[in-house]
Amino acid sequence: MSAFALDKLTAKFPRAILERYRDRTGGDWGVIDSESIRDVASELKDDPELDFKLFLSIDAVDRLMLAGPHPRFEIVYFFYSLKRGEHIRLKCRVSEECAEVPSITSVYLGANWFERFVWDFYGIRFRGHPDLRRILMYEEFKGHPLRKDYPLRQRQPLVPERPIQDIFRGPGTNRP
Amino acid sequence: MANPPSPSIGAASPPLPGGESELEAHLPSKRMEVNLGPSHPAMHGTVRMKVELEGETIVRADPEIGFLHRGFQKSCENVTWTQCLPYTDRLNYVSALMNNFGFLNAVEKLIGLEIPERAQFIRTIGCELHRIADHLTCVGAIGLELGGMSAFLYCIEARELIVDRVTELTGARLTTTFGRVGGLNRDLPPQWLESVLKTLEKIKWLVGEVDTLLTNNRIFVDRMKGTGVITAQDALDFGFTGPCLRACGINYDVRKAHPYWVYDRLAFDVPLGRNGDNFDRYLMRIEEIKQSDHLVRQAIEMIKPGPVIIDDWRITLPPKPEVYGTIEGVMAHFKLIMEGIQVPAGEVYDSTEAANGELGWYLVSDGSGRPYKVHVRAPGFAILSGIRRMVEGQLIGDLIPTFDTINMIGGEVEQ
Repeated sequence: MSAFALDKLTAKFPRAILERYRDRTGGDWGVIDSESIRDVASELKDDPELDFKLFLSIDAVDRLMLAGPHPRFEIVYFFYSLKRGEHIRLKCRVSEECAEVPSITSVYLGANWFERFVWDFYGIRFRGHPDLRRILMYEEFKGHPLRKDYPLRQRQPLVPERPIQDIFRGPGTNRP
Repeated sequence: MANPPSPSIGAASPPLPGGESELEAHLPSKRMEVNLGPSHPAMHGTVRMKVELEGETIVRADPEIGFLHRGFQKSCENVTWTQCLPYTDRLNYVSALMNNFGFLNAVEKLIGLEIPERAQFIRTIGCELHRIADHLTCVGAIGLELGGMSAFLYCIEARELIVDRVTELTGARLTTTFGRVGGLNRDLPPQWLESVLKTLEKIKWLVGEVDTLLTNNRIFVDRMKGTGVITAQDALDFGFTGPCLRACGINYDVRKAHPYWVYDRLAFDVPLGRNGDNFDRYLMRIEEIKQSDHLVRQAIEMIKPGPVIIDDWRITLPPKPEVYGTIEGVMAHFKLIMEGIQVPAGEVYDSTEAANGELGWYLVSDGSGRPYKVHVRAPGFAILSGIRRMVEGQLIGDLIPTFDTINMIGGEVEQ
């Protein structure tokens, strides 16, 4: 899939590409040193041979419940190259203590809202982001709801709720 | 819009002190902050637009979203893979089938399943019908908000016909929850394909009416042409996909670039725009309705009888006589309902072309019956983040058609 792009990146930034692997469905992944993500992204975008001009998405995974030696958070990046007709999948690993990566908003404008989303839901900071506010949750909200240790049924109402026990049905209701 | 020409002053009247330029000069105004929404007739769904105005010109626009946030990802992580399906309906509630099938497609890719051919055809037909419905809603809303109520009524009449067909197919008007991992939960109802063909004829006529009402309408064209412009460069940078990207002249359609199901066996064109303005985005939608019509007809010609779901009791529910009559059947049923489909541990990024662009799914499974992570790349999220670039420096009146043509859907943007 995107083996060529990863080869090229490895040649250009030998120390930034920490690991490469192919997932079960045939997608090639590159694990990037989080400090170099900005350089890698701008190389991907500006190299005429690679031409990953179409920004697709950013999100994160909280690996708290998964086995393995990896740090807690993974930030995943997806870009698309129109010229090569392929996606590229990158990820950065950061620990809970220093959950901060450089922002790529200066490379891809679209990263702005996606990075705000990741900050809002996982509490990962993006250094150099122009406007790192919560995006979907409200400013008074405490915690980051997509972290695995955020309780599913916790509520933080801004106005007091009526004391009806059974009113909040939903996922997790019939869990042991 | 240009200022109306100032009334000409008769030759006999004396020249004014200061000349014409003083008359044409902008009136002194102060900056004003206006809130559009969250509940406003011109805002689809509940979006708040904080707009800073200098006279009638937008200086800064800041969309604020999240009023419709329902915790889609968190909910999905706490139910089985099959139980996620109803949540995906509510992402883009105008074209729920595309979300259902897009999600299932990603899960099937993660498991490594090939679904039966008939199921692939039915998914294609369902998706294209809902693409027509989505575009009709968008075009109708544009017409409505620019004062063309009759175009809206024609569009909604056509959309209702599709909703009726979808109701016959799935049993629900909007929240379809149709399809299961490995295929579909039921086959087509009898005579359904014939009624789809009749519906398409009627829709063709109605879309023709809308086309003639709007495309050459002077008022409509004046409001649409040259407003809400975005360059191809910026569109790519913001992550625009679907009709909004193609209106800038960039040829990217997931159905062509990475064909899934039976799209590689069907002939269709991908319409491309040139200017990236509101009018081009509107034309893309009208043309895509015609292409989808074409696709559905081809699929109906080619569809053959056969199974609609794979026969593997680890993934699909056994037929009811087996559940009630055999121990293997009842065990498989019990395991699937209580524990869910055991998707092997792994991760996948997969995308399909939804009505508004690339609908991407990044799924992580830890090998249990529940998803570990469900990331949805909603096309509207990236497009809405770029609206700033499209409206700043323009008149506030142009914000309305721009907001219409990007067709932002609250459900998928705010998850």
